[in-house]
Amino acid sequence: MSPATEIQILAAVVAVACALPGVFLILRRMALMSDAISHAILFGIVIGFLVVKDLASPVILIAAAATGVLTVTLTELLRRTGRVAEDTSIGLVFPVLFSIGVILISQKAGDVHLDTDAVLLGEIAFAPLDRLEWAGRDLGPRSLWVVGIIGVINLIFILLFYKELKLTSFDPALAASLGFSPIVMHYALMSLTSITAVGAFDAVGSILVVALMVAPPATAYLLTDRLSVMIWLSCAIAIVGAVAGYWLARWLDASVAGCMATMAGALFGLGFLCAPRRGLLALAARRAKQKTSFAVTALTIHLSQHEGTEREVVECRRDHLGEHLGWDKPFADRVLQTAIRTGAVELDNGLMQLTDRGRALARTAFAR
Amino acid sequence: MPETSRRADANPKADSTAVEVADLTVAYRDKPVLWDIDLSVPMGVLMAIVGPNGAGKTTLIRSILGLVRPTAGQVRILGKPYAKQRRLVGYVPQRGSVDWDFPTTVLDVVIMGRYGELGWIRRPGAAERRAAEEAIEKVGLTDLADRQVGQLSGGQQQRVFLARALVQDSLVYFMDEPFQGVDATTERAIIDILRTLRDEGKAVIVVHHDLQTVEEYFDWVTLLNVQRIASGPVDEVFTDSNLRAAYGGRAALFSRELAEQRERAKGGDGP
Repeated sequence: MSPATEIQILAAVVAVACALPGVFLILRRMALMSDAISHAILFGIVIGFLVVKDLASPVILIAAAATGVLTVTLTELLRRTGRVAEDTSIGLVFPVLFSIGVILISQKAGDVHLDTDAVLLGEIAFAPLDRLEWAGRDLGPRSLWVVGIIGVINLIFILLFYKELKLTSFDPALAASLGFSPIVMHYALMSLTSITAVGAFDAVGSILVVALMVAPPATAYLLTDRLSVMIWLSCAIAIVGAVAGYWLARWLDASVAGCMATMAGALFGLGFLCAPRRGLLALAARRAKQKTSFAVTALTIHLSQHEGTEREVVECRRDHLGEHLGWDKPFADRVLQTAIRTGAVELDNGLMQLTDRGRALARTAFAR
Repeated sequence: MPETSRRADANPKADSTAVEVADLTVAYRDKPVLWDIDLSVPMGVLMAIVGPNGAGKTTLIRSILGLVRPTAGQVRILGKPYAKQRRLVGYVPQRGSVDWDFPTTVLDVVIMGRYGELGWIRRPGAAERRAAEEAIEKVGLTDLADRQVGQLSGGQQQRVFLARALVQDSLVYFMDEPFQGVDATTERAIIDILRTLRDEGKAVIVVHHDLQTVEEYFDWVTLLNVQRIASGPVDEVFTDSNLRAAYGGRAALFSRELAEQRERAKGGDGP
């Protein structure tokens, strides 16, 4: 496999591994927790490295994941004192751990391949250089194996505990009363998020992990009303964003991680505009339609008020429509056309007349 | 339609105690929310818990269900601690306690009522689906079963919760303000269902806000204001003096309204 293919596969696998826990993070309104975890794990990575002196050791993965869970626990403890709100306690805990990590790197690990640039942005472009070999055979990039295994763990967890995750996310009180502890599920999800953040850290760095965890699920959320569909859509969007990000980076000669996050954001923007029911455009179209249909009702009420009176010839002239109701001409024409098309109004020699249907419309609107 | 409760054989005698609360005290930090509550609710009653805002009504239910850890006291459901009786208890939380924009349908939410029976990991199947569809029909939402729950009106959402409680097929039900924000039609539909549950010999315990309807809807009532003011059959317990004890000065207004209401109920259109 060429390095280019390997990088794209790695990018896609990282994105999917991040999107899976991300779905539940955003549904539980905990998106920022992923940011906190992805930063705080630096502390664990550095401590782990100082102990074993080997960046490839699984000890580092475990130490970092433990730090993620520690972050969640400390945040929860701080919040429970009742002295600070949850967002404040998140903002207090993770910078402490992150900054200790940064200080330790500059003090103790300055000469190794662990610098602040790599911490912030990752180095997915170099990932193919670090190979996993077994019995003299090349098995591919090491980080692909790490992230792949983490992704599979995430997938198995969600498939096994789909029902429990759904229930504890939607209605924790019912979940607790039925014996499905929301706290247990919370910490399980946070542990997965931590492990995932550690795995993704190598590839995309601590800042951009949050983009991969939040953006694809947030996009999928706009596109569907079903949780299961949302999960699969998140994965698909994550893959598209990752591969598109790679090519954008090639084209711009820029950071791959940066371009992946940019594409994830761009896909969200696209969904935000064009989602069939929740997108801005659909919303605007719906509003316009509502406005017209309300105006048609107003027109039928106006006509019914003057029906059969002597002012009818004045009030109900087509040419006077805009003037009487204070509408500009294009809008008045559009309303009249809709009214005629839906059979509420008929034109008779420039005079607008209600049909039975139009009268019924006016009556029910009045009755409300 | 004959009721085919899967628990028909497990149904305890009508005279057994549904809920027994003894010396229950709950505090948030050092502020007592509930002080030494004693309560005994028999099976086969439809009971309202009423009291002013902050009286601890929701906290009482939540601590009975083990969602709030009490500082002191004991709770027994049909003679055993709650943790052993989960399967026999149905719960309807306040409508505002969940995120209705969650990507899930009416049918999905109602099936959640069967999760307790399924236990960990096992997925709901055709049987659960059928039970949920039956309950959805009972609350009159069949046409909306595939809708995302956020597209429903407040009254319809409350009926979804009720359907979910029905598929729990429990013996003792706790409902937190099921009438909040619902229209008159839904209120009637809900109370009819609650009465059916009571008539089947189950106990239904409802946090209720509207003093005007207590006598019409319920046969038992507990008046609460941090302490238990009174608890028992409505005609014995729902008195002016108890209301005044629970609501303080504000009860004067309520009791006058109640007196007028009773007058109207007795005969004619009043003065």
